[in-house]
Parts: sequence; C-alpha cells; structure tokens
Amino acid sequence: MYSDKVMDHFKNPRNVGEIENPSGVGEVGNPVCGDIMNIYLKIENNVITDAKFKTFGCGAAIASSSMATELIRGKTLEEAWDISNKAVAEALEGLPPVKMHCSVLAEEGIHKAINDYRKKQGLEPWVEKNPHSHDHEEDGEGLTCQH
Amino acid sequence: MGEKRIIYMDHSATTYVRQEVVDAMAPYHTENFGNPSSIYRIARASKKAIDTARAQVAQALGADADEIYFTSGGSESDNWAIKGIASANIRKGSHIITSQIEHHAVIHTCQYLEKEGFTVTYLPVDRYGLVDPADLEKAITDKTILISIMYANNEIGTIEPIAELGAIARNHKIPFHTDAVQAVGNVPIDVNAQNIDLLSLSAHKFYGPKGVGVLYIRKGTKIDNLIHGGGQERRRRAGTENIAGIVGLGKAIELATADIEGHNKKIQAMRDRLQKGIIATIPSTHLNGHPEKRLPGNINISFEFIEGESMLLWLDDEGICASTGSACTSGSLEPSHVLLATGLPVEISHGSLRLTLGNINTDADVDFVLEVLPKVVTRLRDMSPLYKKSGKDGGCNVQ
Repeated sequence: MYSDKVMDHFKNPRNVGEIENPSGVGEVGNPVCGDIMNIYLKIENNVITDAKFKTFGCGAAIASSSMATELIRGKTLEEAWDISNKAVAEALEGLPPVKMHCSVLAEEGIHKAINDYRKKQGLEPWVEKNPHSHDHEEDGEGLTCQH
Repeated sequence: MGEKRIIYMDHSATTYVRQEVVDAMAPYHTENFGNPSSIYRIARASKKAIDTARAQVAQALGADADEIYFTSGGSESDNWAIKGIASANIRKGSHIITSQIEHHAVIHTCQYLEKEGFTVTYLPVDRYGLVDPADLEKAITDKTILISIMYANNEIGTIEPIAELGAIARNHKIPFHTDAVQAVGNVPIDVNAQNIDLLSLSAHKFYGPKGVGVLYIRKGTKIDNLIHGGGQERRRRAGTENIAGIVGLGKAIELATADIEGHNKKIQAMRDRLQKGIIATIPSTHLNGHPEKRLPGNINISFEFIEGESMLLWLDDEGICASTGSACTSGSLEPSHVLLATGLPVEISHGSLRLTLGNINTDADVDFVLEVLPKVVTRLRDMSPLYKKSGKDGGCNVQ
C-alpha cells in the first residue's frame, strides 16, 4: 500500500531525535488520534541549519516527518513555510488517500516550529494561508482524527 | 526478500487450507462438477457430497443435518440470522439485543435495522470483554425478538458464557443467535446443551476454504430468507451450491473438531510462552482480553507510546504476519471498538498488537517473535515523543 519511498523513509528515517536548545519547536497531533509529531529547528541567519523530529504514529506519519525535515534543511524560513503537505506527499511518491492527513501534520508541525521561533524573536507569527479544516488541537469535535 | 521465512501469526484473520481438505475438494472442481439440482449421474455425486458435508457439520455442532444451511460465509450467515429473524417477527416486536464487541457483520447489520425502525441494545462488557448475563436479563423486554452474542471475540479472544446467555434467552422464549466464527475448532460446541437457536460459522477460520459458511437454524425457528431465487437448501437459501467449498467445509470441520483438546493443548503451550515472554521483556504493556477465558491461540497486547501500524510494518519486514486494533489500519477514525468497549484508553488502543497462533506455528516461530518484537518496540519508542515525556513507567498521560 505504501510507495518504496515511503517505506525507505519509514525504515531508515532521516533526522530522528531532538535538538538541544532548539530555535523553534512545533508539536502537533494528539495521542487520541493516534499521531503526534514534534519538529525541532535550529535556525541561523534566517536559514534552517538543522531539523529533527520525534513522532508517534503510523508508517506514513513517520515517513512524512522524515521527508519534511529533509525538505526544509538548508532552506530560508520563507521557503520552508511555503512547503505544502502536497509537496511532502509528492516527494514521498504519493501517500494513500487516507494517509494524506499525515503530510498535513508535517506541514503544520513546520509552521508551528517556525512561528515558535518568530514569537521567541518577538516577531509576529505568520498566518496560515490555507488553514486545514482538521487541526487536532483546536477542533473540539467533528473531523479531529482524519486518518 | 523472496526467500525470507514467513511466520504466520494471524490465524484469526484466516487460515491456510489443510492438504486433506484440498484433496477432498479437488474432484468437485473437475470430474464431479455437476449442478446438484440436475438429475444425471455426475449431478447426483454432487448432491451426495453436499449431504455428507451437511452431516459432518451437524455432527460437529450436535445438531440435526436438516438444521444446517450452507451460505457464502460468516457475514452472510450473520446478516441472514439477524435480518431474517427481524423481518419474520416484526409483528411481535422490534427490539434486538447484542453486545458492543460483536464483529462488524453483526454490529453494522444491527445499525442498518435501527435505520429501519428497530431498537437495538448493545450490552456493555467488563474490562476482560465479558458480557454479564445479569445485564442481558435486565435488557429483555416484551418486544425483544432476538438476542445475538458472539461465542468468542475475534480481537481479544474472550469466550462468552454462551450456555448461560442462551438459557436466559430460552426462558424468555427469544431466539438466541451466536456468531461462532472464531470458536469452531477451539471450543466444543453443542447447540442443544448450550441453548443456541442460530449459529454462524465460516470455513476459512478452521483450515477450510474461503467463501463458504453455515447458518445453523434450530427446527421451528421463525426466520425469513435473505437470498431469494431458486429452491436450493430446502428453499431457504437460493443459489447454485458451492459444491467444492461445501465439501471442503465439511472435511475441515470434521478434522477441526476431532481432537479439540489436543489441538488446544499444543497451541496454548506456544501461546502462553510467547505471551509471558513478551510481557517479561517489554515494559509498559497491557494484556487485552480475559486471562483464562480466551481462545487458545490469541494474544492481544497493547504497547504504550507506539502505534500499531508502524509495528506491523516492521514485523512484516521480518516476515511476521500480525494485526492491530489501531485506527491507522482500518481507514476509520476510531481505533478498535472492542478495545474501547473494554475501557482501554484510546491512545493505548492505538498501540495494540494481535498475534493469533495456529497449526502452522512452531516453537521456533515463538523464539523468533520473542527476538524481533522487543527490538521493534524499542525502535519505535525511541522515536516516540510520548515515551520520553512519560518517564520510566508512567501512563500515556500527555495532554
């Protein structure tokens, strides 16, 4: 059901772990829904010099975390912000429709980590261009766990 | 990759077909292919083969041959029992009692009937998955027309007090159906001693072929047909008989019920060793289901801080076939309704693993799983943000 690329990133996940004194952290998901993603960023001169993750979740969630951290390394914050969930899924050579949610989680994790950094810097957080309908934490009911 | 050994521990999903069963079926694909409704010789051979299979099933259940009806499998049998009883008894009442942990073939059928105006009571279960007979007694009303409680649960393996539940139904003169798909070959069944009026079973759970099952219907039970058409199965179930399948089912049930005790002893010894080994080597686990009243081959354990599908993918990579109650493999929003009904927290339900042992397994298989599984769990916990936060042995207490 998964592409070779997804299986590769699941079995050999890149950038697993945490960063000591990270510039920004993004924690998204909910254990009740079966997935939690933590993204850690090291940012120097507006460039992401290191990105790591810790994820509780299915194969697609782990692969999406791995690919997302790969895609944003070396990017400016503006470039990283513009990496959509579709870009993560495409880089993984596709995700099954029921698992697209995992790539959304990765995009949200990056955005949250970037805004965490901006807040720490005393900057206005950037606003989501296309807020996804099923943000786990704010949604009290309805489409919370969209696997 | 192709040469990797397969360790199959998913016998509750399906079993391989025993060689004796394959051999018994073979002639009915080739020389004896006649339609049993025809009158020439090869058709008579088909007819005779079905009669033999019917007698084999009757013998296994302690029933009469003319109470055995062949179907396409467990789902059809469950649908027939529930919809057939419901529509035949609509003038008497429209209340059905079942449990919260039934297979979807029962639950979704009941939900369909709710949309059609029936009322359904879904009895709760305790933390081990057992239905309390006192709850059944309390739920019965003068409108109750059917009670359907599974014999043994497919996920957690818990065996329900069927004879006792059946006796309550009998006292109230309400037909009692049991989905015994997981029970056949693992538990001795006697429809008379256990007060069962309708029973569903499926051949591919006891080393028979897929696509063939049985609904046992006690004589005198008022039930409508589900499949309308020709006059097969004594005008109760239309459709040209799946002769080879029926022959296979008959042979398989004969073999599966010949020595249940011996079979269980062997499987249970392996299961117990595997279960103890897992719990001893991996911390923060939770055994689901009843410690004793359970199917001999069933293990269902939740591992905190990790998710089931990623466990299955790693096990598959090592050639181990297993299953999980995590939502991530079902395509639905919720993890297993069975685990939730036992009161297991949602986040821990996502980390459940079901291993079901069967005839194909050996002690070497048990050793291999005991070697591989702890590594898989450690690997996934190492990348789980929940693990670190929980401390050494805290619960899954994030958020």
